[in-house]
Amino acid sequence: MIKIQHLSKIFGTHQVLRDINLQVPKGQVVAVIGPSGSGKSTLLRCLNRLEEPSAGTVKINGTLLTAANCKLTQVRQKIGMVFQHFHLFSHKTVLENLVYAPIKIKGLSRQEAEIQAKTLLDRVGLADKMHVYPSKLSGGQKQRVAIARALAMEPEILLFDEPTSALDPEMVKEVLDVIKSLAHTGITMVIVTHEMRFAREVADRILFLAEGQLVEDEKPEVFFKKPASERAKAFLEKVL
Amino acid sequence: MTLDFGRIVPSIPFILQGALVTLKYAGLSIFFGFFLGLLLTLMKLSGLKAMKWFADAYTSVFRGTPLLVQLYLIYQGIPELTGYSITAFEAGILTFSLNSGAYVSEIIRAGVQAVDKGQMEAALSLGVSYPLAMKDIIFPQAVKNILPALVNETINMLKESALISVIGESDLLRRANIIAAEKYLYFEPLLIAGAMYYVLVLILSWIAKHLEIRLARSD
Repeated sequence: MIKIQHLSKIFGTHQVLRDINLQVPKGQVVAVIGPSGSGKSTLLRCLNRLEEPSAGTVKINGTLLTAANCKLTQVRQKIGMVFQHFHLFSHKTVLENLVYAPIKIKGLSRQEAEIQAKTLLDRVGLADKMHVYPSKLSGGQKQRVAIARALAMEPEILLFDEPTSALDPEMVKEVLDVIKSLAHTGITMVIVTHEMRFAREVADRILFLAEGQLVEDEKPEVFFKKPASERAKAFLEKVL
Repeated sequence: MTLDFGRIVPSIPFILQGALVTLKYAGLSIFFGFFLGLLLTLMKLSGLKAMKWFADAYTSVFRGTPLLVQLYLIYQGIPELTGYSITAFEAGILTFSLNSGAYVSEIIRAGVQAVDKGQMEAALSLGVSYPLAMKDIIFPQAVKNILPALVNETINMLKESALISVIGESDLLRRANIIAAEKYLYFEPLLIAGAMYYVLVLILSWIAKHLEIRLARSD
């Protein structure tokens, strides 16, 4: 479970997040949407402290992530992250990308880690790419490997930072399908996305951010049919 | 004008032995310079203000003053200050190492910072600690940027090492000069020394090129 209280983030003089309060129960799938520059990615990155919050607290399963003495590496093992630009380790093969952290951090044997990696690659449909370097993969394939890499740590929470924004249009579906297959399997998911149809289909809940504020927090069927705020209405008119 | 290589043929082995001296200088200086450079890079990337300030100032001074001045300062200044009569060899290695450390630190820093920031974030998000991510993820990728530049720095060192002949070390240039003075023949021995420098540089350039090709495999 994720619990955010009075979270703010300031870059220089620019306030990116303003007093965000939020709880995400275990297993829920949340889509974060909003205009660009509204603070969606920053909010997501505060959840594993890749971004240092300026004020407020973030609790992950009762552990205060924002505490100065928080064992970040331990908490992060339970929080997978999938990036817009994949960030696969470019000097390692697909298989090595998947087994690196489980062996080094979780202490799995190489054999255990490889068996698990193969299962995961099967799941994302890339078992045949095991010994290939990332540079030889298409964008969609890279992102599916990145998802498998995150899953290899068996996280309780998965954060997606615009996972399809850097993809060619014909590759968006294969990635979204993989993400859909993970939803409602017990893993908590927070997805920053511009894919409205996908958000509506997969999410239990929509968070609408504008100018750093959490403007709406609604079920998708309600939000997309009857957004309460003017800002959400204006946004939806532009993107739908 | 005629060139008369015949008269210096017996002295050619003597001149060429100087290449070994020159290589020893360049090799040892880049070796010590590398560790000094690595240390300076870690200081620059440490995020500690005082460390970064010191490393930046060091780099700025050593890159901003002539190597020859640094050499004289150490060779003639150290005996005056400490009473220790430093040998030409010690002064040469010390100066070149201190100097190349400044250049190497910039090479390593640039190599590390050229690695996409996302690589570090991806490692951190998997629960990998910062030092471990540096070692396993960032440095192996930075090597690709660093190694060819390091060979280039070695080439520079090799050429700059001709400066030690002014404090009397019998390197390639100095030996050519000795023969020149002996035989009253300047052009030929210096030409041989110049050619030898050039051959050494060509060999190193060839190594640099092949390193680059091999390191580009995962691209």
